[in-house]
Amino acid sequence: MIAPAETLRLLDGPRPADGPESLQSHLARLGPRPSHSGGAFIDVVDRAGLRGRGGAGFPTATKWAATRDRSRGNAIVVANGAETEPMSAKDRALMTTRPHLVLDGLLLAAEAVAAKRAVVYISRAHDDAAAAVTAAIDERRAARDLPVPVTLARAPHRYVAGEESAAIAHLNGGAARPTMVPPRPFERGVDGRPTVVNNVETLAHAALIARHGPEVYQRLGADGATGTVLVTMASAVHSAGVHELPGGSTVAEAISAAGGATASVAAVLVGGYFGRWVAAEDAWDLRLGIDVPLGAGVIAVFPHGRCGVTQTAALMGFLARESARQCGPCEHGLAALAGTTAELAAGRAKPRDAERLNRWIEQIAGRGACHHPDGALALLASGLRVFAGDVSTHLRRGRCDRDPSPLLPAPDWTGRRG
Amino acid sequence: MIRLRVNPIRCDGFGMCAELLPERLTLDDWGYPIVDGRPLSPELVALARRAVAACPTAALRLVDEAEPHR
Repeated sequence: MIAPAETLRLLDGPRPADGPESLQSHLARLGPRPSHSGGAFIDVVDRAGLRGRGGAGFPTATKWAATRDRSRGNAIVVANGAETEPMSAKDRALMTTRPHLVLDGLLLAAEAVAAKRAVVYISRAHDDAAAAVTAAIDERRAARDLPVPVTLARAPHRYVAGEESAAIAHLNGGAARPTMVPPRPFERGVDGRPTVVNNVETLAHAALIARHGPEVYQRLGADGATGTVLVTMASAVHSAGVHELPGGSTVAEAISAAGGATASVAAVLVGGYFGRWVAAEDAWDLRLGIDVPLGAGVIAVFPHGRCGVTQTAALMGFLARESARQCGPCEHGLAALAGTTAELAAGRAKPRDAERLNRWIEQIAGRGACHHPDGALALLASGLRVFAGDVSTHLRRGRCDRDPSPLLPAPDWTGRRG
Repeated sequence: MIRLRVNPIRCDGFGMCAELLPERLTLDDWGYPIVDGRPLSPELVALARRAVAACPTAALRLVDEAEPHR
């Protein structure tokens, strides 16, 4: 299949600065959304190798097939655009410039799993995305292209609100907090029905796969990381923001796409705040989604001039504040880790405290209902390793000579309504 | 394969389980149980049932699974 080059990638077409692409422009560029019967599109998505772009990287076709198996025409599909990862901007970029790719993907998913309705889940803090998606739904309604009803739901802007089971709990009228799995969403989700929750970028990719076929999609990326990928480049790069890269691009290529680093690089945080620190010299050749998990697509470049211990402590404080406080090991464990890491950053920690951090990391692992504590542990463990030199300086001398002000944001959202 | 599993959302850290079945349950620094999820021998299953029954929040249960949940 030969496709015009300007239709292959998510952000091909009108300039992002032009705002949400209209349905008319979307159709002129890409043609109508192909229809498939009997879940045939699931096999297409499987062959394309599409994996979830919300963080876990789970194969999309597997999720859809499990939901379709249980659906009696009553499944629910949810486009997850909550994007509460502090540095991530790619889901909003997509919703505010290519809302019809997201809706096409959502309607394709609805058809694939035999759903009776669909929901787009967007943070209360992201009115721009909500407005663009609402307008796009209205355009579809006017054009009589809504095979199932599509509604908008707003998520509280808290870190765990975008977690799949938290989204379902919120759509069922409860707090946006993770629940115990099983039951898994495909077993019992929104309204007790089989439910599939897909990140909005995942759905947008499905819309392109439906147009161009699995082979063209595969060739946009690499084996094991097919298609393109939206990354949010942050901190010490010249051109921070959202960039679309071939799947399997290296960290060095991602930084280069963002105009290069603005200073000598000490470390790179890959994935998001549930991701991991990698020392600069180990980071350059890592292929995103192959050698290192893509997570939520955030790549933060951290310069030598800043203190990684203080930065990691600030991020641990954020993650501890964002615990849903449902599980003891997460509530108490993350608070203890954050407190001791802050003591270390302030130069008040003893070697015994560093030993306690390592013991707690082992104790807490795998003991939350969701993966929030495990994500925080991965961040801390990688930070202690990558910034080991600074850690020992803090233990010996109190502080290091680097700039202690955090570069990566660690907002306090505890005043927001949960 | 009978295994112990704790629902960490329900668990309030009373710690009775670790007193009744120290072979498979230890407490972390905050008093919450760390569960050894390996299959239980028939002798331990009987003791595990007591621990399950003693949990004030019904957070602990026995599951029959080939593989541990995580």
